Amino acid sequence: MRRGPLLVTFLSGVAVAALYFIPHHKAQALNSKLLEWTLVVYAFALILGSLSLWGSHMKKVQNRAEGWGFSLVTLSSLVVITVLGIWKGVGEGTPVGIIYDNINSPLASTMFSLLAFVIASAAFRAFRARSVEATLLLITAIVMMVGRVSIGPLISPHLPGITEWLLDVPNLAAKRAIALGVGLGAVSTALKIILGIEQSYLGRS
Amino acid sequence: MIGTWIAAILTLCVFSFLYKDNPFYRFAEHLFVGASAGYLLAVQWESVLIPNVWTPLTKGHDLVVLIPLALGLMMLARIWEKGAGIARWSIAFYVGIYSGVAIPGYMQAQIFAQLADAAKPWPAGWAAVSSALVFIGFLTVLAYFFFSLPHRGVHGAGARVGIYFLMVAFGASFGYTVMARVSLLISRVQFLLRDWLHVLPG
Amino acid sequence: MTWVRRLLAIDRRIIFLLVAAGVILPLLHPLNLPVTVTPRVKAAYEAIDALPAGSKVLISMDFEPDIMAELMPMSVAVIRHCFRKHLQVIAMTLYPAGTGLGERAILQAAKAEGAVKNKDYTWLGYKSGFQVVMIGIGENLRGIYPVDFYGTPLDNIPMMRGVNSYRQMAMVVNLSGSSATDYWIQFAQGRYHAPLVVGCTAVMATDYYPYLSSRQILGLIGGMKGAAEYEALIGTIGDARRGMDAQSLVHLIVVALVIVGNGALFLSKRAGDSGGAATGSMTR
Repeated sequence: MRRGPLLVTFLSGVAVAALYFIPHHKAQALNSKLLEWTLVVYAFALILGSLSLWGSHMKKVQNRAEGWGFSLVTLSSLVVITVLGIWKGVGEGTPVGIIYDNINSPLASTMFSLLAFVIASAAFRAFRARSVEATLLLITAIVMMVGRVSIGPLISPHLPGITEWLLDVPNLAAKRAIALGVGLGAVSTALKIILGIEQSYLGRS
Repeated sequence: MIGTWIAAILTLCVFSFLYKDNPFYRFAEHLFVGASAGYLLAVQWESVLIPNVWTPLTKGHDLVVLIPLALGLMMLARIWEKGAGIARWSIAFYVGIYSGVAIPGYMQAQIFAQLADAAKPWPAGWAAVSSALVFIGFLTVLAYFFFSLPHRGVHGAGARVGIYFLMVAFGASFGYTVMARVSLLISRVQFLLRDWLHVLPG
Repeated sequence: MTWVRRLLAIDRRIIFLLVAAGVILPLLHPLNLPVTVTPRVKAAYEAIDALPAGSKVLISMDFEPDIMAELMPMSVAVIRHCFRKHLQVIAMTLYPAGTGLGERAILQAAKAEGAVKNKDYTWLGYKSGFQVVMIGIGENLRGIYPVDFYGTPLDNIPMMRGVNSYRQMAMVVNLSGSSATDYWIQFAQGRYHAPLVVGCTAVMATDYYPYLSSRQILGLIGGMKGAAEYEALIGTIGDARRGMDAQSLVHLIVVALVIVGNGALFLSKRAGDSGGAATGSMTR
């Protein structure tokens, strides 16, 4: 039962790619309409993610699996914020807005701030100059770390210029080649999807 | 005030993980997951479903909007194992759209524009040395990533040089990554010291 | 060499304490290190500064709370600059969890500069879809955003009358911590030729130098350091500038850790010790 969806992929992909090159106002109106539909479908895809989360935590609670009490916390917060948000809105000053400022925002930013400690620990334990290439990488990293912050120019007035050159020349060259490779890969993957060669996005048969 | 205290306590619950995993951290982690998912649902409702679906349907009497609504509801069938077949139609639609959009986008911005800039004339004077290095680096890094031919002879030598350019680029990225991670920590400490404990000015 | 082995096996929590001290001490006792403005941030500033009063600037704040440390001060600084130049700001976000942050940034900047809603700025809020939103803005803004975040139809907003695509906007400023920037380059700049300035996290900043060279983007503000430079350019002292002392000290600590770690390995190798694999765990 994949022929139908594969045909839909082909038609929608070819339509949008072709409409890029057709300036006629009716063609562009069709293009706009397809994009507005996609916007709504994408929103449902995100909603699906939240519903899957609900399902997996609900299963843990029902089976009294290890840590089910914490799953109850997840489920409760999901329900409370969704209901409050739909009822009162999500803007500044609303209940959800206040929850966002004092719960969502601090939790998310603190979770990621743990990475600062992890990277320092990794710098000490794992970043070893075991080869010429690794030494080159480490030396560049050290020059960047010192040269791009406020203390850099105080250590040496040449450091900012050196870091700027490293970014504008070797970094630019390598990143340009990587960007080209990524672009070619993305185009070939998109073509494979449209032509039905790549079907993994449809899941198992 | 109460909000600041709640935020500070949750921040400390997360930081407690640095000592070792503990129930306070796990509570904060699970709260974060649920709160994020709930906020996402509420925002989708208010920012997309109401203005782009409900209002055109009920106030604008635009029946065409039933098509994306139907596709979206079909997407939700994915939750059930038996609904996977129905969901495939919606997935096929939006994967097709994004694939179609990607082709001219990547070709123009990452392929043609970058090739054009790589092929532009070099400036006069010492700047030509930098431009030459950029050009050599570009070609040698491409040589490194070309795995269809074995890295031997001229190709191998080029790939070798490309590796050195890559190491410098990754070193620069690593330095910046350290900067990014540290910034995240600085912000949280600023919150704790200024907004919660009031020991910082401003 | 037992002291080398002991050093290499040091409890990670001691490293954590060092990092924490490196952050806390300069915040409590500022060193007031100068912030040097780099060419790419200056280019971003000058691109916005050159716009005539009354120009419309689309600012897309595509970030979530996990990276707000870098992008929130950047957003506030850029929006404040726009308000000082009497530019009209049309703000939006492509991330659902960025809705609260984007609103906060624009309200904070508006309060500081006395900007008025619907006259000096419009907060469009969030829409899902990334590329489809960017292309949709190019074709028909009102098809994507029929109303602003507060439910006001765009035609009822004085500054939005006649604005329906990039053609009526002087510039697009994308402040993002994700691949959204790539798509802004592909669509807003590549397809619709909107002048584009980019602000991003430090992790991503090095990836956009090819686009600076090809003039696909006019300027680049990278990370908290970039935000601090922008604050310096507009003459304000925000969270980014205040954090630079701590940034410098922690960087020196990390560099010292790398040097000490490698030095210890070198010494242990010279003593005939194999050095072994990385000891301990980075996270436990």
